[in-house]
Amino acid sequence: MKPLLTLDRLAKRFAGHAAVDDVSLTVREGEVLCLLGPSGCGKSTLLRLIAGFETPDAGTVRLGDADITGLPPHRRPVNMMVQSYALFPHLSVAGNLAYGLKGLGLSRAGVAGRVATLLRLVKLDGFEARRPATLSGGQRQRVALARALAREPRLLLLDEPLGALDRALREETQGELRAIQRRLGTGFVVVTHDPAEAMALSDRVGVMDRGRLVQVGPAAELYERPASRFVAGLLGEANLIEGRLGADGRVETAFGSIRPGTVRAGPGPVVIMVRPERLRLGPARGTEGEGALTGTVVEATYLGERIRRLVRMADGTVLRVSTPLPEGRDGGGPGETVGLAFPSEAACVLPA
Amino acid sequence: MRSDPTPAGRLGRALVRGLPALWLVLFFLVPFAVVLKISLSTPATAQPPYRPLLDWGAGWEGWRAFVEALDLQNYAMLAGDALYRDAALTSLAYAGAATAILALVGTPMAWAMARATPRMQGLLVALVIVPFWTSFLIRVYAWIAILKPEGLLNMALLRLGLIGEPLAILDTPAGVLIGLTYAYLPFLVLPLYAVMARLDPALPEAAADLGASRARAFLTVTLPLSLPGLTAGMLLCFIPMVGEFIIPDLLGGSDTLMLGRVLWSEFFSNRDWPLASAVAVLMLVLIVGPVVLFRGVRERQDAAAR
Repeated sequence: MKPLLTLDRLAKRFAGHAAVDDVSLTVREGEVLCLLGPSGCGKSTLLRLIAGFETPDAGTVRLGDADITGLPPHRRPVNMMVQSYALFPHLSVAGNLAYGLKGLGLSRAGVAGRVATLLRLVKLDGFEARRPATLSGGQRQRVALARALAREPRLLLLDEPLGALDRALREETQGELRAIQRRLGTGFVVVTHDPAEAMALSDRVGVMDRGRLVQVGPAAELYERPASRFVAGLLGEANLIEGRLGADGRVETAFGSIRPGTVRAGPGPVVIMVRPERLRLGPARGTEGEGALTGTVVEATYLGERIRRLVRMADGTVLRVSTPLPEGRDGGGPGETVGLAFPSEAACVLPA
Repeated sequence: MRSDPTPAGRLGRALVRGLPALWLVLFFLVPFAVVLKISLSTPATAQPPYRPLLDWGAGWEGWRAFVEALDLQNYAMLAGDALYRDAALTSLAYAGAATAILALVGTPMAWAMARATPRMQGLLVALVIVPFWTSFLIRVYAWIAILKPEGLLNMALLRLGLIGEPLAILDTPAGVLIGLTYAYLPFLVLPLYAVMARLDPALPEAAADLGASRARAFLTVTLPLSLPGLTAGMLLCFIPMVGEFIIPDLLGGSDTLMLGRVLWSEFFSNRDWPLASAVAVLMLVLIVGPVVLFRGVRERQDAAAR
């Protein structure tokens, strides 16, 4: 697939602090890439560098074959939607949508037709004359999306596009956003701090930490085979077990010797990352085999679709075990001794 | 928080609402009523220099005689004499022209201030306010020294070879406009800056993102959203400029006919208090007119925004 956006060794410093640090990234034609990271990790700055609101200290931004690093925002065939939506309060919905259509050489009827198409796209027919102040949060979000799509950009940048919506609406809107993206085939770069949103929206996720892009890949790869403890913790609950990786590829831990599925560290002290839902509860066996551990249930919490247990191991480590219902109901009340096992491919070895 | 049940709260609210009203009645309505009354009297060589005077001892009869003696002759004179009409029109023209110049000069200034870094903004606001530390009169006298034929400006221009002989600025309409623009600039810049500084910076960015050049983003987004500050600033300048006395008197020469000067000469030179009062009432009407007009426009804008 052709690259749509290519960032090459992009860097931006603010008052001596590296907001974006040596980031190289490719977004393919028609792809949704989510930038995920805690606040202050540089993901919004990276987006603003692509949109042209910030000038990089080093590196280039290429769209297709064209170098757009030096172009001002209004000359870039890229549009952006921000969390606050930044709708023009003095213009109607139609006025907001038509704003970007000036100067494209469209006739008056052409503009009206495009506005009508956009309103249908986001299911806001009949709202032409309304002012942004009279709309609900969800409606404003859709006006902002339609406005950002009005100029038919090759690449759409979305900064926390669903961040201002409540949770129920957010999940519904994720689906709509994805459907619109598939229909138009526009490349999306979405900034979010919500791992669930990143996984739901994206073809690939890029994780940022203190200005650096630390891992890029499909959500499943980042979740199951993260490159570091940071990525592991960012994408969801992770159990970390200390151990030592030997030359034979086995990891010696306090619970025994484990042959891990993925190794992302060199020999020496490491941690093994296992997701809570990969740990299986069973009767305590006493004998320690590969991936078979023994511990005491400290707490069991009913969460509707699953039960989460905290299990204290002999060395004091507390592991989280998540078991789907109904099988999670059996055994393992607080105080009970249980055996834990996980398939070796579920274990990912990370640098300590 | 709409209803506060405690008596103290009710008292506090009554004070908050009542004090400004009391202030307006004591220091605006009552003096205005006195001026209005004098404007309906006849000049007299007496102390005070007008009649009729209300005879409080004569009761109802005295009150009736007083009211019957009032007439509109001063207003008839204002309407009949071209001097007053010209003075009114000149005042409106000067105030209008100076307001337009102020808007053109002050808007970029306020915008530059609003876009500056927070530290710089504080400094710039201070610089706008600093002239108020000096007496207004002294600042206008300083302009005489700058604008007069052998003044600072002409000397500088002559030295630079830009002009062959001194420009006549002092005692001309240009001198009045320069003085008005200088003196009232802070009153336009500060309210406009206050509105512009609160504008969401994401809005002009969104305009740029949607293909608008800087100029178009400013004219179609920043400026329309700053209109409340701009109209407030323009009113704050226009209203006192209509009645301005010192600037036309000192910078405009003896030929500049503005209401403030007419009022002053009727009052102090001719000792015709009734006519001077009539001029004052006329001026108030001239000023209230545009205010009501502007408010009407604003209300329609607000209604359209809903």
